[in-house]
Amino acid sequence: MAEESTAIDPMHQFQVQTIADLFTIGDTQIAFTNSAAWMVATVVALWLFMLGGMKQAVVPGRWQMMVEGFTGFVTKLVDENIGKGGRKYLPYIFSLFMFILFANLLGMLPLGLVGLHPFTFTSHFTVTGVLAIMSFSIVLIVGFWKHGLKFFSLFVPHGTPVPMIPLIFFIELISFAFRPFSLGLRLFVAMTAGHILLKVLAGFVINSTNAGALWGGVVGIPSFALMVGISALEVLVAGIQAYVFALLTSLYIHDAEHLH
Amino acid sequence: MDAEAAKLIGAGLAAIGAGMAAIGVGSVFGNFLQSALRNPGAADSQQGRLFIGFAAAELLGLLAFVVAMILIFVA
Repeated sequence: MAEESTAIDPMHQFQVQTIADLFTIGDTQIAFTNSAAWMVATVVALWLFMLGGMKQAVVPGRWQMMVEGFTGFVTKLVDENIGKGGRKYLPYIFSLFMFILFANLLGMLPLGLVGLHPFTFTSHFTVTGVLAIMSFSIVLIVGFWKHGLKFFSLFVPHGTPVPMIPLIFFIELISFAFRPFSLGLRLFVAMTAGHILLKVLAGFVINSTNAGALWGGVVGIPSFALMVGISALEVLVAGIQAYVFALLTSLYIHDAEHLH
Repeated sequence: MDAEAAKLIGAGLAAIGAGMAAIGVGSVFGNFLQSALRNPGAADSQQGRLFIGFAAAELLGLLAFVVAMILIFVA
């Protein structure tokens, strides 16, 4: 192994650091962390973005076109996937989509150059898990509220032969119960894996440059070129993951609204 | 072989799962493109299904990553 001074820890970026200790509940310290700070930054950025584009001018400017592009996109998503009665979920799904999108993109900003290290809070399962639980709670509450115990017919597809019903019911129940985990896990792992990859490549660049100009040229420059490409890919992944989260949430809500 | 080495080997083997998911994701997008080029008129309406398939295929690869992370940091 190399000496400890040159070791670059790709997991360091995910450490939650306390900015201000606030108070304790029982023995649990409630603190304002860098994770919370970036959530606040995301909300403020999103709020400013929406505020700038909600003037409802008859002839929209560039900013308003951008905001209306996003609202139109999510409206189309909801209309196609929930269908009838889907519009009442539009505010939730739009907030979810924009919050995740802004969080992912803010985490990608190269602010480390000026000493302000971005923290991608969507790379923590505690955060994405809570978002997934929120979506799943809506599905459960709406499902049982609207259909009562008939909601369980969701687990028996139409035309299932009678002897197969117990088995199918069990399998469908497991796949249903796994949904919040898969929803939260997908976003968390996709963001974590991408950021680790970028940091590992950044470690290659720094270590190879420190080892001399030859190694810097042979290893460092190709690694850096790869980093640029993967950064572009990560921006794409940030958008796709936000889209997939909103898409799957609306699909699950469709199940709760219409059963099948 | 001590337990620590076995964990690291297991985490490395879990990377095979990521490669398998790459085949899955490639097959999803490849098949979509193939049929989208045959019938471009119907392509836009199927984009939602495309991403559902992509999400399902991708999730299984991400689970391999989770297995590796659990082996390195938790187990």
